[in-house]
Order: sequence, then C-alpha cells, then structure tokens
Amino acid sequence: MKTPIKKLLVTTLLALVFLGANAGPAFANSEEVRLDTAPINLRDQASLQRGAKIFINNCLNCHNAQFMRYSHLTQIGLTEDQIKQNLMFTTDKIADSLVTALDPQDAKDWFGKVPPDLTLVARVRGSDWLYTYLRSYYRDDTSPTGWNNEVFKNVGMPHVLHDLQGTQVLSKVGEKTVHGHTEPVMKLTLDKPGTMTALAYDAYVADLVNYLTYMGEPARPQRTQLGVIVLFFLVLAFFATLWLKNEYWKDVK
Amino acid sequence: MASIPKPAVSPSVDGLGGKILGWVDDRFPLSALYKEHLSEYYAPKNFNLWYYFGSLALLILVMQIVTGIFLTMNYKPDAKFAFASVEYIMRDVSWGWLIRYMHSTGASMFFLVVYLHMMRGLMYGSYRKPRELLWIFGCMIYLALMAEAFFGYLLPWGQMSYWGAQVIINLFGAIPFIGEDLAVWIRGDYNIGDATLNRFFAFHVIAIPMVLLGLVAAHLVALHEVGSNNPDGIEIKQNIDPVDGKPVDGIPFHPYYTVKDLVGLVVFLAVFTAIIFFAPEMGGYFLEGPNFVPADPLVTPAHIAPVWYFTPFYAMLRAVPSMFGSQFPGVAVMGGATLILFTLPWLDRGKVRSVRYRGPIYKGFLTAFIASFLVLGYLGVVPTTVWGQLPKNVPLLGGVDTATLVSRILTVVYFSFFILMPWYTKIDKEKPEPTRVTY
Repeated sequence: MKTPIKKLLVTTLLALVFLGANAGPAFANSEEVRLDTAPINLRDQASLQRGAKIFINNCLNCHNAQFMRYSHLTQIGLTEDQIKQNLMFTTDKIADSLVTALDPQDAKDWFGKVPPDLTLVARVRGSDWLYTYLRSYYRDDTSPTGWNNEVFKNVGMPHVLHDLQGTQVLSKVGEKTVHGHTEPVMKLTLDKPGTMTALAYDAYVADLVNYLTYMGEPARPQRTQLGVIVLFFLVLAFFATLWLKNEYWKDVK
Repeated sequence: MASIPKPAVSPSVDGLGGKILGWVDDRFPLSALYKEHLSEYYAPKNFNLWYYFGSLALLILVMQIVTGIFLTMNYKPDAKFAFASVEYIMRDVSWGWLIRYMHSTGASMFFLVVYLHMMRGLMYGSYRKPRELLWIFGCMIYLALMAEAFFGYLLPWGQMSYWGAQVIINLFGAIPFIGEDLAVWIRGDYNIGDATLNRFFAFHVIAIPMVLLGLVAAHLVALHEVGSNNPDGIEIKQNIDPVDGKPVDGIPFHPYYTVKDLVGLVVFLAVFTAIIFFAPEMGGYFLEGPNFVPADPLVTPAHIAPVWYFTPFYAMLRAVPSMFGSQFPGVAVMGGATLILFTLPWLDRGKVRSVRYRGPIYKGFLTAFIASFLVLGYLGVVPTTVWGQLPKNVPLLGGVDTATLVSRILTVVYFSFFILMPWYTKIDKEKPEPTRVTY
C-alpha cells in the first residue's frame, strides 16, 4: 500500500477510535446509576437450575415468559420428570410455555399495567442492569407501592423479595460539589435485615439473573462453543488457501 | 439436413467429458462464457486489499438470499405473530438461531463491505470514463440495498422496527402537497400496521431482491465490458503484448484471482463468524436492545435511532433546520446526499484517476469527506445533546447543541467534496502516472 492511502487510513481510523472511545452501546440507559457486573456463567447448570426455580416460584406469579417452554429446561440439565414434579404448577403439558395464572385484567386493575413478559428482558435491559436493579429497592413512603428503586425510578413493581433482602433506605451520607453547587450523596443502606445475609441475597439474585440471561437466548452456550470450533477451522483454512494462492501466484512477475 | 459447423470453442478435453462439453457448446455458449468471464478475463495483476470487497459483497448477497429463504419458511408476516415467529426461529427451529444471526449480521456486513467497495472506487477513480455506467449501476445497487434493509428491518416487529419505520415513512410525509397522501399510500393504513408489514414483507423477499440481482448482473456485465480499474488508475488494455495480444499487466481472473479471493473470503468469514458466535448484537449496533420488545404503537422508545449504516444520512436529516414549518429541507438534503453519488463521473476533472498520483488538494478533500461521513455516522446514533450546548454568551449560536452544529458543518463538508470537485480537481498539482502498473 502506498503512503498517502496509508496516511488517509490511519487518520480516519484514529478519528473513528477517538470518537468511538466513549460512545458505548447506542441504547444504554440514560440513568446515571453505576451498574454492578452480574457474575454470569451459563455453564454453571446448578446456578441456572436454582435460577429457574426462583423465577418460577416468584416472577411467574405475575410475569409471563411466553416464548420459553418448560421442555426447554432440559437444556440446563433437568429431566422431564424433574421439571414436571418440581417446576410445573400452572400447566400439565411439558411443551407449554411459561405463562402466569394471573388474569391480565386483574393485573391491570391491581398494578395499573400488565407486568411485561420476561423472556427477553435480559436482552432488553442487560444482565448487569437486572442484577443491580433487583438489589436496589428501597423504602419510599411517597410511592403507591411503598417501594422505589435506584435503577428504575418510580418502578411499578413492589419489592417482591424484600423478606429475603430486608428493607433498604436511601439516605444521605455526605455532600459533593458539582459545577459550583453542592449535591447530596445518597447511598442505599440496610435498615431492617431480611432472612438472608447480603452475600446470600446477592448470590440468590445472581442465580436468577443467570437464568434470565440464559432464557433470553437459550442458544448462547451452544453458539460460543461452536464459535471456537468454527474459528479454529477457519484459521486452518486461511493457511491452506494462502498456500494455494502463493503456489499459483509464483508465476506472476 | 445440412448444418453449418460452428467454430470450435471447446478446450481440448478428451473422452466422454469432451463429448458432453461439445454437445452443450453446440447449444449453449458454456465454454465461451467460461473463457470470457473467467479463464480469459484479464484483470490487472496489482490489485491490493481494497479489491476483495466486490467479490465479498457478492458472497454476502448469496448468503442473504439463502438464509432469507430458510427464515421465510418459519417467519409469519402478521402483526400478531411476527415477533413470536422470530423467537420461534431463535428457540424451536433447528439451527434457526444461526440462520437468523447470519441474516442479521449479514445485513450489517453487507453495508460495511459495500461502503469499503465504494471507497475503493472513490480512491482509485474507478468511476471515471469509461466506467461511468459501471459506477451508476453500483449506485443503484446501493439505493436498492438501502430499500432492502429498510423493508427488512420492519419484519421482526420489535419496538425499533416499528418506530424506525414510523420515522422514515414520516419523512415522505414532509414532501410538500403530496406528502401526507404519499405516506398513507406507502403504509397502506393511517398507521403502521398489518397492511404495512405485509407489503414490506413482499418488497423485502421478492421485489427488491429481484431488482438487486438484475442490477448486480448489469454491474458485472459492465465491469467485464470495460475491464477492472486498478490502484494505479491506468488502463492495462493500452499495453498489449504484440505476440499473444493480451494485456502485459493483466492476468486471467481464473485461477489467479479466484484463489486470491478465496483467501479474502476465509478472512472475511473469520470476522463474520466471530460476530455471529460471540457478539451477534455487536453491542447494540447490529441488533438493537429495544427491538427485543414487541412493537407497541402506544409506547414511543426514549431514543429512536436507525441502524448504524443509515446514521450518516440520519445525522444530516437532523442537522438541517426545518423551514416554513416543514421538515422537507432535511429530507431533500438526505436524499441529495445519496443521489449526488451518481454525478461523480462528470464532476471529476483530474487528469489522473488514482489517489496515488493526485495532488494535495484532492487528498485533503477526500480525507475530509471520509472523516465527515464517519463522524456523521457516529452523531446519527447518539442523541443531539451528546456534546452539550454552546455557552449562552456565544453570539448567534449560543445555546445550540454542539453536535447539531458539528453535523451542519460536516454536511457542508460532505457536499463540498462533490460540488467543488470540478474546481479543485482541475487546479490540483498531480504527479505523472506510470506507464506500467506498480507490482
């Protein structure tokens, strides 16, 4: 490649990198709250199974996961009998999808809106958002449910897991100066402990988010596994085709 | 019945194979086509990295058609079932997720490859006489590709599908006098609905693909008529070997470029499959997060942005202020930005074709053009408030969004590359072209 083109390339690439550096995903949530990293491990089948149980025991009371079938749970190491005996409460057919028994009209009357379907929630919000969200509920007497959330302001859902986590409050822990005026620094603190320690609750939520991440894209473990094999093959194919090309191009002078 | 013997065109193939080939050649010019387009199509020997993207675009076109056929077998173009049918493909159809990711990643990679292919044409002057029609067919392919992508993006029936289509169709509504009726005519309804989805499906799977295939055929026929340009921008046909009558700097496309393109193909597939298997959403750029929420006409997403390949033009649209209460000037600028590409062969007054022998002014304009396109592309994906506002005490512009101001300047830069071209290519100090290609 000749120099002017190289220069041109470098300039444009640099411009791109410079701009892209703080671009981030195009649709990041605008909330300023720093998200915790969810410890996702889709190979941890025990965690996925615990998460499925948590999801079905708690979330499925009001939310649907209509694109997910009970039978798909065999992918995370459960047998059909185990699914039937431990996880199926609202239906008796293994190929049925995960649908709540809650009547949508009742839901509208009670919560103001039908709780959203959760099959794809991890793909919409991201695992880190969910992991932080489920641990950021705090007591707020001004909201209709008595609960509010740092990540999701004025959230419609009450803190379903509060007996496990306990009750958090948002309290002022200091002050900081931003653009010349002082702003309070707020922090969540545990006011009344629940039945779980903070560590145990984090692990509990992590299992749930792990499951939600799996449910958002059940093919994910398979695709990453396959990807390694495909790329390995392509590396071999690269050397083979390069050799072939060089053999033919020997006579081009 | 006496028949006139045809001149033998078949290569000397012995035995049964030769007989069959001879039989076919008497009825269909198989060997002649093979020679004309492959084994005796002479391409310059000095192709560089930039020359892979044409064959790669063809590969992606084929891949999109094949994966599209398999998607169509399970997709339902119905506002009630479309979203669920895509999830059905992702979960219940064997290898459905792979086919879908190939198709969605293929769309973005198609644009990436085509943009690089177009940039090659710009840099080496591949649009110059006698390749004007080749360039124009290419521009038409680009327009058809944009239509194809736009129609296809509605089909998953997610929030961004719905609201993206809403925004684009409303652009037509901004055209004076006929706009409103035109928008209704496009939608087939007063709102985007089942009728819109059905017709977009028809356009996406049959109408536009047929147009695309026809244009690609025309593009290739034109290419093989005039021959390929090369990084030096000189004609290899002007230097013919007096002994065998073939271009001295040309080599047969097959086997030389077939084996070379094979290497490019493998490298491309490595990038392509790495995205499919490890980052199919590409951080929200190839598959947008809000599109995993079913379309809801009652809930407008917080931030609507088209997919990345449209964003340079979208940024221009937003940058142009509305005049007389109409958005039309922005729409006109956006349309003009794509249509102005067609005029390129007649704007360039330079004596040399390739950037290698151009003067500093052209190089400056080309760099500014590419930079403006990339920065506009970035500004199109983010909200206009991304860089804050200018301080209130700046005269005239105080309080204006910085990003909007930058978009306006860059829109001017984009257009001045074309509009000023007859002037700056004429006065530029060019270097002499070599007589033989640099290899």
